[in-house]
Amino acid sequence: MKRIGMEGSLAIAEAAKAAHVDVVAAYPITPQTHIVEKLAELVATGELKADYIPVESEHSAMSACLGSCAVGARTFTATAGQGLELMHEVLYVASSMRLPIIMVVVNRSLSAPLSVWGDHSDVMAVRDCGWIQMFAENVQQAYDLTLCAFKIGEDHSVLFPVMVHVDGFHLSHVIEPYFVLNQEDIDGFIPPYRYPYALNPAKPVTLGAFGPPNVYTEAKKAQEVALLSTKKVILNTWTQFKKLSGRSYNPVEVYKTDDADVALMTMGSFSETAMLAIDSLRSQGLKVGLVRLRLWRPFPFDELRAAVSNLSTLIVFDRAISSGGPPGPVASEIRSALYPMKTRPKVVSFIGGLGGRDVTVQAFEKLIKKGIEKAKADQLTDYEMIEVRGQ
Amino acid sequence: MKKVYAYPKSLKRAPFHYCPGCGHSIVHRLVCEVIDEMNLQDKTIGIPPPGCSVFAYNYFDVDMAESAHGRGAAVATGAKRAFPDAIVFTYQGDGDLAAIGTAETIHAANRGEQITTIFVNNAVYGMTGGQMAPTTLVGQKTTTTPYGRDESLDGAPIKMSEILALVKGTVYIERVAVNSPDNIRKAKKAIRKAFQTQIYKLGFSMVEILSPCPTNWKMSPIESWQWVDREMTKVFPLGVIKDTTEKKDAD
Repeated sequence: MKRIGMEGSLAIAEAAKAAHVDVVAAYPITPQTHIVEKLAELVATGELKADYIPVESEHSAMSACLGSCAVGARTFTATAGQGLELMHEVLYVASSMRLPIIMVVVNRSLSAPLSVWGDHSDVMAVRDCGWIQMFAENVQQAYDLTLCAFKIGEDHSVLFPVMVHVDGFHLSHVIEPYFVLNQEDIDGFIPPYRYPYALNPAKPVTLGAFGPPNVYTEAKKAQEVALLSTKKVILNTWTQFKKLSGRSYNPVEVYKTDDADVALMTMGSFSETAMLAIDSLRSQGLKVGLVRLRLWRPFPFDELRAAVSNLSTLIVFDRAISSGGPPGPVASEIRSALYPMKTRPKVVSFIGGLGGRDVTVQAFEKLIKKGIEKAKADQLTDYEMIEVRGQ
Repeated sequence: MKKVYAYPKSLKRAPFHYCPGCGHSIVHRLVCEVIDEMNLQDKTIGIPPPGCSVFAYNYFDVDMAESAHGRGAAVATGAKRAFPDAIVFTYQGDGDLAAIGTAETIHAANRGEQITTIFVNNAVYGMTGGQMAPTTLVGQKTTTTPYGRDESLDGAPIKMSEILALVKGTVYIERVAVNSPDNIRKAKKAIRKAFQTQIYKLGFSMVEILSPCPTNWKMSPIESWQWVDREMTKVFPLGVIKDTTEKKDAD
């Protein structure tokens, strides 16, 4: 297997190319631009036989993807932050029509103040849109999960659009070494695309028809049952991918939690920084570990409960704020998932890394220690935003 | 002694972040000169866009509210309707006005909103690094059209001034350029007239400004000035596209 150094965005474009996408419709937005710019170049040089549609906005980009996917084309796009928000209404249409559009979201904070840098505000704003969503922590995972997304989304028992979340700049703009799979292996892994309900006048179908009150509820229930049942295919796909690549993926992943009493929970690229903090605290004699959420939707309830069942304290680190609500959106979901358990860890909520602000190893160490103190003092109803100046 | 040159009062003394040879700094200065000369600084509200001129509020010493990408004309509409004594202008690039924000622009113009739009056209998406814009010339190389824009796939350059001239609510639209001292003087005159149109409450006014982008055109500043004359003005001819201000005066 060849190992090369490449910018995260370009590695993602290589994955889309290797999956033989038919259509890419996109609008440039920082920090996502390099992905679709590279795909435009590959289409122009003829290395990728696809249509590249440079539409005038993200709303049109997702709409064009909807159209191309509906006639049975393998469809890819990428966006970030404000662009994802502009797509918002069409995201719901895509998942409800069961169109397996594959999209890489380069996570970016939302205005105002205007920021092109990364956090998870954009993710949290679309968490209920019915797409399968997963997080990458490094360039290798961004490449791998993009390839897996096609196989998962297009499986006939799935047929859902898939988002692969990649942290803006921290992953999109770094050059990291990654293993490239052989084209032959990828072709064996991702079968030729055949959408079973493609628009075709010879075999008429209607997509997204009007849903009056007497059918809307049933349509939504059917969609929800279908989304929850995709986990089997997601797990199978990752198992097959492991055979191909040697790299394994799981809905919830753990680091040094076997004997841990306390764990930190993260999503995305900050997880790797957090691992260093865990190592450091362990060398100081603290029995701490790390729990990382890989699969965001469908939410891995069982895997999460299993991963944290022996912990006394779970410190959840959010990179977004749910304004006016339970402030950390992930912490809130974790609390909700753990509430029915007879015994469960205490959940402490921290928010940080907003708008591209770095969280260092030392900051994670401090946060974990603070979290342990708060849990001991049963101070669990509030949350803390870390490293805020002027308060 | 007669003072013949001064730094505009409404232009902050901040170093421009723009690339060498970029037209934005010239346009900023022209707008500020007009604001000063018409004594509008205390009642002007500007709406800057995402894009290269996203930091416009660092330079214009007037109230500014950043809009979401493309929504300048809608934000300006709200501001002007609720505060009719203010002089409201949008400052937009072609990625903003001619792409993501076409709907807002056309409908604000069609309603004849009493606002002024400064539309800076450099035939490329500048801030994201030189991708094809709807205004990109046929054959022009960009990062998303490495062999040149192909009209059969991507259409022809969109002429926003001509499109907006068809809309009844627009009263003054002129296309100018900032690639020579002569053109810069004409550009200032057009900006002045556009603000005057708003002061007289005649309707929607817009000045389209052809502006060099040496960085993304991969040219020297001088070559880019020449390219505006040689290539851009062939597709985007300079001059008054629509002017019904006289007629409106008579009404």
